[in-house]
Amino acid sequence: MVTEVRVMVLRAPGTNCDRELAHAFEIAGGKPRITHMNELIGGSQTLSDYHILGLPGGFSYGDDLGAGKVQANEMRLRLFEQLAAFIDRGGLIIGICNGFQVLIKTGILPGPARQELPHVTLTNNDSGRFECRWVKLSSTPGNRCVWTEGIEQLEAPVAHGEGKLVAAPSTLCRLRAVFYYADNNWRPTAEYPANPNGSVGNIAALTDDTGRVFALMPHPERFVRASQHPGWTRRNIEEPGAGLRIFQNGVDAARRS
Amino acid sequence: MIYRIEVMPAPGLPDRRGAALLKDIADLNLSGVNSARVVEVYWLKGNIDRAAAETIAREALTDPVTETFRIDEPGEKTTAGRAVLVAHNPGVTDPVEETILKAAADLGIALEAARTGRLYLLGGSFSRPTLDLVTNRLLLNPIVQHAVNEQSVIFGENPAYHFQLRQIDLPDGDAALCDVGKLFCLSPDEVRAAAEYYAKAGRKPTDVELETLAQSWSEHCVHKTFKARYDFDGQVIDNLLKTTIARATNQLDKDWCLSVFVDNSGVIDFDGENAVCFKVETHNHPSAVEPYGGAATGLGGVIRDVLGTGLAARPIFNTDVFCFGEPDMADEELPPGTLHPRRVFKGVRSGVADYGNRMGIPTVNGAVLFDNRYTGNPLVFCGTAGIMPAWAARPGRQSPGDLIVLMGGRTGRDGIHGVTFSSEELSDKSNEQSFSSVQIGNPIVEKRMTEAILKARDERLFTRITDVGGGGLSSAVGEMGESTGAKVYLDRVPLKYSGLSYAEIWISESQERMVLAVPPQNFDRLLEICRGEGVEATAIGEFTSDKKLKLYYDENLVCDLDMEFLHGGRPQLELRASYKAAAFPEPTFPCPARLDDDLLRLLSRWNTCAKEWVIRQYDHEVQGGSVLKPLVGHNSDGPGDAAVIRPVLDSGRGVIVACGINPAYSEIDTYRMAASAIDEAVRNTVAAGGSLGRLALLDNFCWGSVKDEQSLGALVRAAQACADLSLAYGTPFISGKDSLNNQFRVGDRVVSIPHTLLVSAIGIMPDAERAVTMDFKGEGNLIYLVGETKAELGGSAYYAAHGFIGNSAPAVAPAPAKASYQRLSAATARGLARACHDLSEGGLGVALAEMAFAGGLGARINLSRVPQPGDIIRDDYLLFSESNSRLLVEVAPADRADFELIMESSAFGLIGEVTSSPRLKVQGLNGSLVIDQPLTELKNAWQRPLKW
Repeated sequence: MVTEVRVMVLRAPGTNCDRELAHAFEIAGGKPRITHMNELIGGSQTLSDYHILGLPGGFSYGDDLGAGKVQANEMRLRLFEQLAAFIDRGGLIIGICNGFQVLIKTGILPGPARQELPHVTLTNNDSGRFECRWVKLSSTPGNRCVWTEGIEQLEAPVAHGEGKLVAAPSTLCRLRAVFYYADNNWRPTAEYPANPNGSVGNIAALTDDTGRVFALMPHPERFVRASQHPGWTRRNIEEPGAGLRIFQNGVDAARRS
Repeated sequence: MIYRIEVMPAPGLPDRRGAALLKDIADLNLSGVNSARVVEVYWLKGNIDRAAAETIAREALTDPVTETFRIDEPGEKTTAGRAVLVAHNPGVTDPVEETILKAAADLGIALEAARTGRLYLLGGSFSRPTLDLVTNRLLLNPIVQHAVNEQSVIFGENPAYHFQLRQIDLPDGDAALCDVGKLFCLSPDEVRAAAEYYAKAGRKPTDVELETLAQSWSEHCVHKTFKARYDFDGQVIDNLLKTTIARATNQLDKDWCLSVFVDNSGVIDFDGENAVCFKVETHNHPSAVEPYGGAATGLGGVIRDVLGTGLAARPIFNTDVFCFGEPDMADEELPPGTLHPRRVFKGVRSGVADYGNRMGIPTVNGAVLFDNRYTGNPLVFCGTAGIMPAWAARPGRQSPGDLIVLMGGRTGRDGIHGVTFSSEELSDKSNEQSFSSVQIGNPIVEKRMTEAILKARDERLFTRITDVGGGGLSSAVGEMGESTGAKVYLDRVPLKYSGLSYAEIWISESQERMVLAVPPQNFDRLLEICRGEGVEATAIGEFTSDKKLKLYYDENLVCDLDMEFLHGGRPQLELRASYKAAAFPEPTFPCPARLDDDLLRLLSRWNTCAKEWVIRQYDHEVQGGSVLKPLVGHNSDGPGDAAVIRPVLDSGRGVIVACGINPAYSEIDTYRMAASAIDEAVRNTVAAGGSLGRLALLDNFCWGSVKDEQSLGALVRAAQACADLSLAYGTPFISGKDSLNNQFRVGDRVVSIPHTLLVSAIGIMPDAERAVTMDFKGEGNLIYLVGETKAELGGSAYYAAHGFIGNSAPAVAPAPAKASYQRLSAATARGLARACHDLSEGGLGVALAEMAFAGGLGARINLSRVPQPGDIIRDDYLLFSESNSRLLVEVAPADRADFELIMESSAFGLIGEVTSSPRLKVQGLNGSLVIDQPLTELKNAWQRPLKW
């Protein structure tokens, strides 16, 4: 039983959701530390000292060569063994928005992690625009992701321009989807704007074979308090914000391991 | 070797950029172009083989699932179309270059240089003029880009610079002297003062000395018009700023105002432990000629103002207010030399969004206004607020011996003479003249710098900080060094490319730079932090104790100015100002029997219609502090009055922000225009649950010409209104900025913008969760109108829709307004207001419609219950008057007595109730319905115009 769950919130130049991600882990009972890529590459920080790796949203390296691309290459080419070992020994990973893009482009998702170019990607929204709006998410039955245990439905904001999941048909069938974009009746939907980007299979979140690596485009760390919900002035929203459950799940799973 | 790599969508996958371009071409009403494809082009330079170039292309530049690439094959020509390859001009920063070099290094490949471009493949059958039109209107902006041809050089050589001291002759004759002054943008009085100074010193000035004086004495840097001595129709006003706005703030003397008018932004107390600062800037002229880059660097600049306040603040939100020509302006009406308003709008929006989103700062509040007089001279206001520990709230102070450290981006030729460009009028030649005055931003450099500065602040490594903005190092170091003296070695400034003269280095306005005063013993630790964040920092000199500004280049003294002369030697401007009341024809049309069409038309006006297209493309949730979002209601698409955020995530305390702007009234009377803007900003705050208790204001004046007495009279009246209202409401101004001479010259015709004052309000809410949204919440709830409705339709949207201006611009009666705001704040603090919305453009009718469709609930209203002095007998006036200080409040029937008791001594009326039937029904004075519309119609009218 782990008493102190250490969380590395990893940031690169241009990452900008690191503080709120660390805050979410903190109120979920974890002990987060915001760590710069340079510290990890330089060796002053190592993943083996942590239980959870969090990859926050933002625009790593400006997303200059595609969302998450440069950070993904950096991790794939310089940190691959450390990452693979971290997953092998039971480490948990969450990637949100840009963090999802990074995990996809390193090949850690859909996994298993291999050091080759991936067959799945996140690309430009069908709308052709960056958009910020709240979406509804429905979980896929029996997805076995430790991060989403007990969560059937969730609301959270998206804020991205490249969130459309695209995969070759051969790969699509072995993706482990965790959340679908859903309509007002919580049914999976391809309709814009409930599905904000036109993701194939309406997929909003993925996990890997272990169920411990999890990534999503929406931002649950922006819904850890009721008054972050857009409807709080109209109806009663329960405290804490429903997004917090994800971080509590992660911390609990790390504690059990 | 140089390799050219093209990256394009994989076969069978959609080309979204191409599709978007085709749509933009269709918007130009051009025929013949029936397909468009967009290809990304990269040029890589280095001692590498083709296999290495291929590795970079495959692994770093191409998405393996959605894209494909090719190397060094000429761009595919469509059968009957044309290809246009667009690249950055030589010397223009390519912000992607650094990322490409880094990505190549991760692959173990060392590149020397990289450039990016875009290849457009247009298919169809069209003429050369059509192609030129598409190229010039949509594909490139000659300020920063060009179409590549056989003669183009992608990796140009920069010339070396050979030092040569330039000394300037100041001739004896006054006319000749003034001509020299003109070359440096010094007024006759200013160049005379300089001549006197140099005569006393017995030497000639150097070019960089005159540049320093011109930058430091420019309107942009010292606001000389505001500090001038006025003869206002016989009344003497010695320093307009000091006698109006600053006087009011001094008189109010609020203890929660921690730093006002002395720093890069104004600072107020947040919770005793932290302070919040706020600044709004304009970047009008650069945005007129290069909307994307101009707006992006406008936001980048104001973010640095916040970083450079006190001992550095962390940005917590952005605001944006834009004024453009109307998006549907006919091409024939477009003045030569201007960009179409639609293009300016799209460019500005994406410039602000790209910079703000990448910085991770939520854009939470703003406005977009349209008037064709803004076509040649659009207004782009960008604001940023920040938070800092209380100990860092006040400006720092350096000691002699502290190092002058330049941090962040490198210095290039960009933005030279930006402040003098921004202080002059625009003309159809501006596009050519302003080549060097537009800067290119790189938000990731600013983000890195921000992280490094905040870390260094927390370790207290520097004693003072300021941003490098208008006037470049000249202003930044010149101002910092005033109290001590400073010497700078210009050859130590890191450059983007060779060839800059010492004077160019000194006045360059390259982006993403800050200057810090660092005690020598802290410098190594600062460098360590900078290395960790990937930021460059260089000691370029030190602060001295001789009260002199000394600049060196390779050990040559190139500037030796007394700080006292630099900061105290500018002669005060003497101006004449005059005021004459407006006399426009009063409207003569009768009141229509039904007002449905008028309401629908008002909802569809550019100024009133939904701005969701803009708002959604900003991240307004990042940082996780969102409480009231810019869009509210049951579908999150109603127009919120103010935004509320919690900047400290484990605290319930909030910051509320709103704005007010009413240029439509300024033709009638700028006093009323300014008073209305203040009232609107305050009223928006009150509507969202804020209060006058700890509310501070910012002013941003954008004036037309200040060369004639009438315009200056208008400026004086607006400043007087600011002082009067600030005192009356007890809301101090804490910071401000002015941008003058906003006009556009075509030949001998001058189009001036309407005098425009933006007032931004920032307040502290002890409990952010007391905030109120404007959408109707429940059937059967009561609808109150607070405040009196008067026949004040001068400059209103309703008159404008009927082709009139009128003379009865809305006034503000501050005493009753203040009392009703305070009562209403007490009601919202007790949770008695279920919804609250301010009445502004389009008056009661528009506000009611907005509350109804935002809440998805109807309303039944009776105009005979509208509180009024009793002289209004027209339904249209009651419904569309724009009288100030009015709000609509939704109250549950159970709270009726409590609410009415609190509001007792204010003017208010119970005018109707919320209904479940989704219709807005308004009963006129004679009892018959004047409006009966389904919400869907009202909402469609409001959403349609900007559904792009």
